[in-house]
Amino acid sequence: MNWRRTLESICLPVGAILAGLVLFGIFCSLVGANPFGVFGSIWKAAFGSWSTFQNTLIRAAPLMLSSLCTALPARLGLVIIGNEGALVVGGLAAVSMGLAIGTSLPPVGVQALMAIAGMVAGGIWIGAAGALRHYRAVNETISSLLLNYIAIALLNHLVGGPMRDPNSLNKPSTAPLDAVNMLTNMPGTRVHWGLLFGLIACVLAYFLIQRTTFGFAARTAGGNIRAARIAGLPVGKLTIIVCALAGACAGLAGMVEVAAVQGAANESLNVGYGYGGILVAFAARHNPLGAVLVSLLVGGILASGGILQRSHNLPDATVLVFEGLVFLVVLYSDSLYGKLPFFKEKPVDASPPAVTPKSPSPV
Amino acid sequence: MTITSPSLNVSTIAAPPELQIVNMTKRFGSLVALDNVSLNLKPGTFHALLGENGAGKSTLVKCVMGFYRADQGEILIDGNPRAIASPRDAHHYGIGMVYQHFTSVPAMTVAENLVLSRYDSSTLINWKQEMEQLNDFMNSAPFQVPLNLPIAQLAAGQKQKLEILKQLYLKSKILILDEPTSVLTPGEADEVLGLIKEQVNAGLLSVLLITHKFREVTSFTEEVTVLRKGKLAGHGSVKELAIADMAEMMMGERREIKEVAKTPYANPQPVLQFEGIQANKDNGVEAVSGVSLTVHSGEIVGIAGVSGNGQKELVEVLAGQRSPTSGTVRVNGEPYQATRAEMFKHKVFALPEEPLRNACVPHMSVAENMALRTFDRAPQAKGILLIWKAIRQTAQGLIQQFSVKTPSTETPVGNLSGGNVQRTVLARELSEDHINLLIAANPCFGLDFAAVEFIHSQIVEARNRGVAVLLVSEDLDELLALSDRIVVISSGQFVYESAIAEADFGAIGRSMAGH
Repeated sequence: MNWRRTLESICLPVGAILAGLVLFGIFCSLVGANPFGVFGSIWKAAFGSWSTFQNTLIRAAPLMLSSLCTALPARLGLVIIGNEGALVVGGLAAVSMGLAIGTSLPPVGVQALMAIAGMVAGGIWIGAAGALRHYRAVNETISSLLLNYIAIALLNHLVGGPMRDPNSLNKPSTAPLDAVNMLTNMPGTRVHWGLLFGLIACVLAYFLIQRTTFGFAARTAGGNIRAARIAGLPVGKLTIIVCALAGACAGLAGMVEVAAVQGAANESLNVGYGYGGILVAFAARHNPLGAVLVSLLVGGILASGGILQRSHNLPDATVLVFEGLVFLVVLYSDSLYGKLPFFKEKPVDASPPAVTPKSPSPV
Repeated sequence: MTITSPSLNVSTIAAPPELQIVNMTKRFGSLVALDNVSLNLKPGTFHALLGENGAGKSTLVKCVMGFYRADQGEILIDGNPRAIASPRDAHHYGIGMVYQHFTSVPAMTVAENLVLSRYDSSTLINWKQEMEQLNDFMNSAPFQVPLNLPIAQLAAGQKQKLEILKQLYLKSKILILDEPTSVLTPGEADEVLGLIKEQVNAGLLSVLLITHKFREVTSFTEEVTVLRKGKLAGHGSVKELAIADMAEMMMGERREIKEVAKTPYANPQPVLQFEGIQANKDNGVEAVSGVSLTVHSGEIVGIAGVSGNGQKELVEVLAGQRSPTSGTVRVNGEPYQATRAEMFKHKVFALPEEPLRNACVPHMSVAENMALRTFDRAPQAKGILLIWKAIRQTAQGLIQQFSVKTPSTETPVGNLSGGNVQRTVLARELSEDHINLLIAANPCFGLDFAAVEFIHSQIVEARNRGVAVLLVSEDLDELLALSDRIVVISSGQFVYESAIAEADFGAIGRSMAGH
């Protein structure tokens, strides 16, 4: 019945990404590359074949998880951008747990405990931003942003000092996880099980927000805090729980990165999955299911960094320019909702329908 | 604060023009906000414009200032018809308005704000020259505010003085003051109005003072015009009118109470008891200063008062939207903190004012908004799962029962008209079978006649079933028609209480006006 609104929420993000493509094309031609060649390469590197698509999937997994760190609090009306920080502390906690247990438990048990450690650490990290928001009215966007810097500094301190593996010479790292404790690939692919974690988390988050009483209360508090109070909903509790859940998702992304890709915690943890997650959440309009699709897109963009360097002589950071342009256009498109006449719901005619003699159908 | 005597050294000593408003009518849709109102502001007089909330005072002056275009009627300045299409035009004819709310930039200094207020400001400001002129102006002004202080450091009284100074600085000859004393202490109010009166007596200004405080009318003004429900209710010289006359003009004849069949309730029990409630406004200033009241089952207790006297904050405390700074609330004899569990246990419901702002989530659907009280209980929920089918079915039933006009249950409630938003909230709050306590604040504000009837009958019906009702309203007629007992709130305190049968109409009016 609201097909116009549905169409609007599909057309605007797609249009925004197309506009981002155009801007990126202009950028490419300015630095002397053929934009269509670049687009072709990105497409080939991201989605061209099953083999390259697997690279996209590997990058999409942490993006899905980290996007929830922004998407869930957004339903409460909060703008959280602490994804990178929660991801980093989640990774650190997971590595610490994995190293502490070693091989004294079966690998599945170790992995479960690592995941729990990552989620708890990330949850505390963003939960703290939520608590500051509720109890002290500290702006959650700024506090979560600053927590990113603290997390990254903590990572650098630990891998450079107390937790440093003496054998890691060029790139300070923690000691590597035991090989048996690493997350394996899904059968027949190069894609690790983290992708499944991401998919499950997104589906669960969607279910939580749309289908449970908790989600209803959260959406009410996010939509109008005064109405939530008059209905007696515990606004403070909701804020802190939702923030903690969001942080737990990003913490799990950190665990996936160390346990499936890096094998140890080092500076490679903060390579931008956190900030990418913010982009994904906004482009998906904070819909967890939409985040799955957008993660694939952004994962594809990230996966094509290498080929730009090899075939077009562009630095691999070029894809970050692309990502940034898309982010800006997506944020801009957010301001267009409800502004374009075509997508407006037709006003309700309060008067009873008059007799229309010319009407062809005898309804 | 020192008071300096006024000096006659104001740059242009010209008498203010005469302002005549002739047969002005202004309609908003089907609502007639102003109906054929005339007013004559003679040069050099202090004229009061008196009326209840919604009587049309603000609409009238906004037409004069050019914010609204009147549907009929004209404005004469010194006998010549003038078209005023914007505040700039009004300024051109020497008319300036001081608003209820401060319009200065807090981070800037007094001097900067004065220069900023000018209509003809140049691109470059020669501060040396400006400061000399400002100093001259300040020396000749009826009262002084330090030029170099930032606004944020001024007390409320000084800010209000600055607002008036701005108009003098702009060389306005006719000042319209919109309840200028609502933010001042009585002492500050007397000082500011007294100094302005000296300017008026000296023939330098004409003042139109919008107020509903009789004390200000009798001590400062010479003439009074009274509006009631958009119509001219009376006009005369203040000396010849008694306060009772003005109160009667303002409130109207005590109307025959419309019989909404009330049946006495057999066994009244105390339901809502609150004691010593104190609460602050958003800015930390105390709004409710220790009020106590008991509401029994089968009783409607009306709280009357001019808006801004603490009733909004009191309702927010009782509805769970604001924490009191002290005091206790008990419902059915048990302590009540307005948690969801307590609301459910004691069956407490609320009809707050501005329902879209206070009781609805605009972008959520009608069905979701109707489920706000019940979504976490069977049959709308099973464990933690929402049962959408039940939520929609309930909504469909309520939409029928309360005749809410909506395209579907899934339409965002923010897309509905004001009356239908109100009905959505009514449906949610009044459909429950066992309501125990109902807290209503201006439930009929801005609604058409039929909707008002409907809501009144619903409230009385609830009372007849034994519901305890606390009704806060700015419409005295509504309170007199519905209440069993009436309480008047003024400056955050209950100043009058009486059973409706013994209520003294004049005393209610006087205590509302803080007299």
